[in-house]
Amino acid sequence: MCDDEAMTFDVKIEVRLRAGVADPEGSTIERSLPALGFDGVTGVHVGKCIRFTVEATDEGAARAEVEDMCSRFLTNPVIEDAEITVTAAAPA
Amino acid sequence: MSVRVGVVLFPGSNCEQDVVEAVGMLGGVGEILWHGDSTINGVDAVVVPGGFAHGDYLRPGAIARFSPIMSAVADFANDGGPVVGICNGFQVLTEAGLLPGALQKNRGLKFLCGPSTLRVETSDTVFTDGIDPGAELSIPINHFEGNYTCSPETLAQLRDEDRVVFRYVDNPNGSVDDIAGICSRGRNVVGLMPHPERAMLEVLGSVDGRRLFTSLLASVGRVRAA
Repeated sequence: MCDDEAMTFDVKIEVRLRAGVADPEGSTIERSLPALGFDGVTGVHVGKCIRFTVEATDEGAARAEVEDMCSRFLTNPVIEDAEITVTAAAPA
Repeated sequence: MSVRVGVVLFPGSNCEQDVVEAVGMLGGVGEILWHGDSTINGVDAVVVPGGFAHGDYLRPGAIARFSPIMSAVADFANDGGPVVGICNGFQVLTEAGLLPGALQKNRGLKFLCGPSTLRVETSDTVFTDGIDPGAELSIPINHFEGNYTCSPETLAQLRDEDRVVFRYVDNPNGSVDDIAGICSRGRNVVGLMPHPERAMLEVLGSVDGRRLFTSLLASVGRVRAA
C-alpha cells in the first residue's frame, strides 16, 4: 500500500456528561435497579455513542479530524466530554 | 411605521405564532422567517422562539445553528440588532456562540411547565428597558433542559458586566446563580428560558410578558432614532 493512499477507519465516540453536570437519567436508572433486585449498583451515567467510518491518510490524521468534529459540533464542551476510539477498518 | 419583528421558524419550532401574536398585540408586525432562507428580510428585530428545532437532535440547538438563517441572525446581532431567544431559542443562541454557557437537564429530572416568578436584574438590555431592576414578573416556564450552566470564569464575567438579565425568585431547575436569562456584551442579544409570549393576556394568568415585548419594540425605535 502506498503511504498517501486513503485508509478507512472505524470511529466510535462516546459522549459523556462532564463531572458535575446533572445526569438525572443516570440517577433515575440507578434508583430503579434495586426494584428488580439489582443491588449494589452505583455510578450510573448515561451518555451517547456515535459511530461512523472516515477516510484519512493515517490513524493520527483520522483522530485529529474526529477531535475537531467533537469540539466544534458533536459535543458541547461546556457540559460534555468525548472518548474517541479510532481503529483501521477491516478490508472490504 | 410599525416595527417589524422577524420570528425564526425551524422544523420543530412550536411557539412562533405565539410570538407573532404577542408582537401584533402591541402594535408591531411579526413576520415568520424560514430557517432555510439566508436573509432576515430587513426586519428590525429577531426572535428565536421556543420548540424543538430540528427535533433537538444531537443536543437542543446543535443542528439549528447550521440553518442558513443563523448566519444572517449572527450578522444582525453583531451589528447591534436586537435578538431575543426564548427557551429553545436561548439554547440555539448558546450553541451558535451568540451567548455564553449551556442549558443542561433540569435538576430533579422533571419536565417543568408552570408559572415562574422572575426578578429583572438590569434595565440595560433591549428586552428590559424601562423596567426597574428588582421588578418581579410572572412568566411561565416549559422546559426539560433549562438548567443554565457555565464555567466559573464566564459566571464571574456575566456578574461583573451586569449581564444576568433575569433570575428565578424560586429556582425551579438548578440553574447556576438562579439565572433565567442573560445578555450579550453588547446587551442587544438576550436569551431566557421562560416564555413571555405566553404571558400576554389576563386569561393566561399574567400580562407581564407585555412589558418585555414593549421594551423590545421601543428598543428598535431608539436604534432608528439614533
